[in-house]
Amino acid sequence: MMKKTPVTFTLNGRPTAAFADPGENLLDFLRRGVGDMTPKYGCGQGTCGACTVLIDNEPHLACITLAESAADREIRTADCLSDGPSLDPLQNSFIEHFAAQCGYCTPGMLMAARALLERNPNPRREEVIDAIAGNICRCTGYEPIVDAILDASRSYRRSAI
Amino acid sequence: MAIRKGRGFACINYPIGMNLGGDPSQALVHSTPDGKFKVTLSSIDLGQGIKSVGRQIAAETLGIPIEDVYVDTADSDTGPHDMGSFASRGTHRMGNAIIRAASEARAQLLESAAEELEVDARDLTTDGKGNIHVRGAPSRSITVEETAQAAQFKQGRTLAGRGIFLGPLSDVDADTGEMTPVSCFAHAAIVIDLQVDDETGEVEVTQINSAYEVGRALNPKLVEQQLVGGAWMGVSHALYETTEPYYPDRSHRPLDYNTYLMPGPGQIAPHHISILERPAPDAPFGGKGPGEMAANPVIPAIANAIYNAVGVRCDSLPITPEKILRGIRANGGAVSREER
Amino acid sequence: MTVEFRKDIFANERNDDFDQIGHARIRQDIEGHVRGRSPFYDDHQFEGLLHVRCVRSPHHHARIRAINASAAEAMPDVVRLIWPGDIPKNMNTLLSLIDFGRDDEPLLAERKVSYVGEPVLAIVATSVLAAQKAVESVVVDWEVLPHVLDVEEALKPNAPVVNDEYPNNCFDYHDRYDHQKLRFGDVKEAFSQADHIVEAEYQMSPIEQAPVETCGAIAAPETNGRIVCYTSTQALFFSIGVTGKLLELPSSRLHFIGGTVGGGFGGKVDSQHEPFAVLGAMLTGRPVKYMWDRAEEMQYGAPRSGERWRIRDGAMRDGRIIARSFTGFFDAGAYTRLTSYGVQKCTGHLPGPYTIPNVASNIFCVYTNRTPSTAMRGFGITGVDFAIECQMDRVAEAVGMDPIELRILNAYRDGDMKAHRRPAKNCALIECCQVAAQKSEWRLSPAAISRSSIEGGGEGWRAEIPETVVDGEGGIGNRKRQWQDTEPLSGTGIRRRVPVGTSTDHPATGNAPQHEDMVAEVARLGFKIDAGHSVQRPSLSEPSEGLRHRHANAETSFGRALGAGPSLPSGYDRTRPPASPGPARSSPPANEPIPAHSRHERDKSEKPFQRGVKRPGVSPFISGTRRR
Repeated sequence: MMKKTPVTFTLNGRPTAAFADPGENLLDFLRRGVGDMTPKYGCGQGTCGACTVLIDNEPHLACITLAESAADREIRTADCLSDGPSLDPLQNSFIEHFAAQCGYCTPGMLMAARALLERNPNPRREEVIDAIAGNICRCTGYEPIVDAILDASRSYRRSAI
Repeated sequence: MAIRKGRGFACINYPIGMNLGGDPSQALVHSTPDGKFKVTLSSIDLGQGIKSVGRQIAAETLGIPIEDVYVDTADSDTGPHDMGSFASRGTHRMGNAIIRAASEARAQLLESAAEELEVDARDLTTDGKGNIHVRGAPSRSITVEETAQAAQFKQGRTLAGRGIFLGPLSDVDADTGEMTPVSCFAHAAIVIDLQVDDETGEVEVTQINSAYEVGRALNPKLVEQQLVGGAWMGVSHALYETTEPYYPDRSHRPLDYNTYLMPGPGQIAPHHISILERPAPDAPFGGKGPGEMAANPVIPAIANAIYNAVGVRCDSLPITPEKILRGIRANGGAVSREER
Repeated sequence: MTVEFRKDIFANERNDDFDQIGHARIRQDIEGHVRGRSPFYDDHQFEGLLHVRCVRSPHHHARIRAINASAAEAMPDVVRLIWPGDIPKNMNTLLSLIDFGRDDEPLLAERKVSYVGEPVLAIVATSVLAAQKAVESVVVDWEVLPHVLDVEEALKPNAPVVNDEYPNNCFDYHDRYDHQKLRFGDVKEAFSQADHIVEAEYQMSPIEQAPVETCGAIAAPETNGRIVCYTSTQALFFSIGVTGKLLELPSSRLHFIGGTVGGGFGGKVDSQHEPFAVLGAMLTGRPVKYMWDRAEEMQYGAPRSGERWRIRDGAMRDGRIIARSFTGFFDAGAYTRLTSYGVQKCTGHLPGPYTIPNVASNIFCVYTNRTPSTAMRGFGITGVDFAIECQMDRVAEAVGMDPIELRILNAYRDGDMKAHRRPAKNCALIECCQVAAQKSEWRLSPAAISRSSIEGGGEGWRAEIPETVVDGEGGIGNRKRQWQDTEPLSGTGIRRRVPVGTSTDHPATGNAPQHEDMVAEVARLGFKIDAGHSVQRPSLSEPSEGLRHRHANAETSFGRALGAGPSLPSGYDRTRPPASPGPARSSPPANEPIPAHSRHERDKSEKPFQRGVKRPGVSPFISGTRRR
């Protein structure tokens, strides 16, 4: 039996601990070990962005991040966005702009956008495009997603004031 | 060496459904005791939105608010048979099945209400807001919820409906190809503006103007999603995508999204869409499935625009910079065709 | 991005007053999507989940001499090996569910492999990593065979046999031909009369559906001897049928759950995962997941097929296309999957949305030593539409005509006869062309602007279709025997001529055979037909007389026939004089049950196509018989 490593970290603001298999990636660790299903597997190669999570406020690709590297860090997934029944402006904007079809890339897309808006609540269109350039969407043609993020940035600016 | 502009056109029609194997879909509708309705299907929602459009079709047919309808799909223990989500059949076949199921449930709903109101069910109608009333006399009314409770606890009646839509099986004649392939066709026409760098062979699509005829846009925003995303996929197919770049040679096979190329969010051309609606006689509220066809006209329109820009006929997909440059070389240089 | 609705066009065929239909309603699934809580198959977690990986062929074509998996069997994390012999019925073809084609594909190859990546052994282990390590430890003794990758090479007499069930390297159509034919009119004669002949070849390479969610399934034992299976399938009952057949299980033992899928685009119809997951769960008694990684999805998941097309057009100086012939090759890869059907769907689509009086096509479903291909968005149509629309530009150039005007001239209209011998209806190509041109400020002539899909169809030259020449070329196996009767479309094998029309006992339109209690309240479905069939065109610069639309109140109950099926009611007969204006509503009140039309009534609702020469004694079309 392979030896498991205990990993303690903060997940969406809550102290969390779980055991990681040797060599396990953060995506499998969060889904299997912790039970947070919001990050998705799309490629396992770091090329699609569906597994995007925030580690200490920076977007990372969980599928190519070692689980053990999460130790003592602050991890956030799409589960952090909503506060109970109330949704984040980004989530509401995705709904209003019809910015999701199959919805599989959406959590990763939202996290990439969230990282951008926390860093820069007043992004230009090019900066939004740049922020999600590592996230593959096969359904929407991206434009509704870019529009939704730009629209949501207005709310982020208001709350920043 | 220069950036050369080109403009190309293509138009298509697209068959809705598949009759070549027989093509059934079933739907069940039933009421909860408080007058909400469940639609039970075995459809698959791949993102195209069958849950959502099925919900709208059911609410419209029942004559009740959309919030009072919920679509539950794809559990084989509860959902009746459906062929699947392919061949642009989902909205058409399942929509028709839902209409039939919801019509039956509505008839029972009105019968129940008639019993409560002591009127003839044929004189009743719904207001779409959760009430049933005598036509022309809105004050003589009963809510759907009260009706459902009466049906359930007083009258001993179900408010439920079954629906099926079976596309007729059509054979194909061996010698002539005679057949009844589908029930209706959607249509599209598209003008692509692009520019070609005749030094690098790179193509940039700069504008898309399109007209899509979809029978009826059952949910305009879902139609828009399909057309915008589908046109993106058309650009992608035309210029980037293949699992075998040197087909039929099997070498250089992409294994990931870094080598299987698609346009990113920074390569989106403005797309101006006009939607036409000519309801198809056998389609649910006339609506045809717009999803599959959306990419098709984009691909040849791009090929035609590239010819217009640099005089190279690219008859092999995807149209890579390499193919364009080889074509320019074979022609002894880029030749822009007439301006459109 | 801008979106506009041209409600003005075809306005006289629609009622738009609905509470729900036609309104932008929020998606039912969207909150789940933005919360990341929509239940995709991989989001279902099971304690003690096992994982499947397959040993795959590194060769295009090879015989399996022996497989040594003893090292894998000895690994502690390996729970079970699945050999071909573990599969109760290790041979299937997807469309056997609709009785089309012969079983030609094993779930695990037993004797030989026919493409790079074909699975020969499945390994069930406690983790993906353990399964992969076990796969790497398996030693297969391969005898490499000659292979063929090009569709036309594959059809040559001495080509290696890819698929033993189809030794001629192509699907057998109708137990008679090695391709699907379309014959309409007499292309050979028409080519000889054409002012211009335009020929070209087109090629589409295979394309991956590439949904962001990879294909897969998780199966687990339920109670009562049943297996639950969460799946990414695009077709729930299709997957149940395939799994039940391969594993010889009745559907009552299979509980399949899906419906929330991370994109499909056609790539999730093939049901390759569910049988492995269910069998794994049955053999181990534990939950088993078989999920492709991205590389498997890219290269071993079935793509859109490569297609090669040759099109020959005969055009007149005025731009009319009087003849068009196709030779098409669909690259099925090693096994049939759905390609045989795609060929037929494509045949019914030809010659594109145009009225051409002489059309012929031969389309081949060809086996090559590559990953089997399958459906993708636009299945059977996307490739040939690319070819047709590039070809239309070539014809426009040859006759010196504007490309949009050429299309509008040749566009099909209501009442024209299509090459598959059904009258066109509900057409809208011309209007789409006009609107797209207007939007992009592409100048059209007044004549092109004034044309309509509703007017002039089936009249004049558009109705002049010669009797059809049929031939017996391309019998099954003739190519292999080097019988040279296979010169497509132009050979000497003309055997007989048949009338243009359909046989009268064959319904001219698809009438859905719904049972008569399947009644919709059609008065509430929003159809409206202007009795005079007036045309409402896009408001372009050149309004014509036809644009004035008449008598808005003279609608007939177009939707009525929907109660029984999709046929047009007999009132919708374009040769009939316009209905008298006034209270022409023949439909019953909205809440009255609509009596179902009898079958007899429905069948005569549209006259079968009978123009052209009728010759007694010529055998009628055989369509109507159930194919095998």
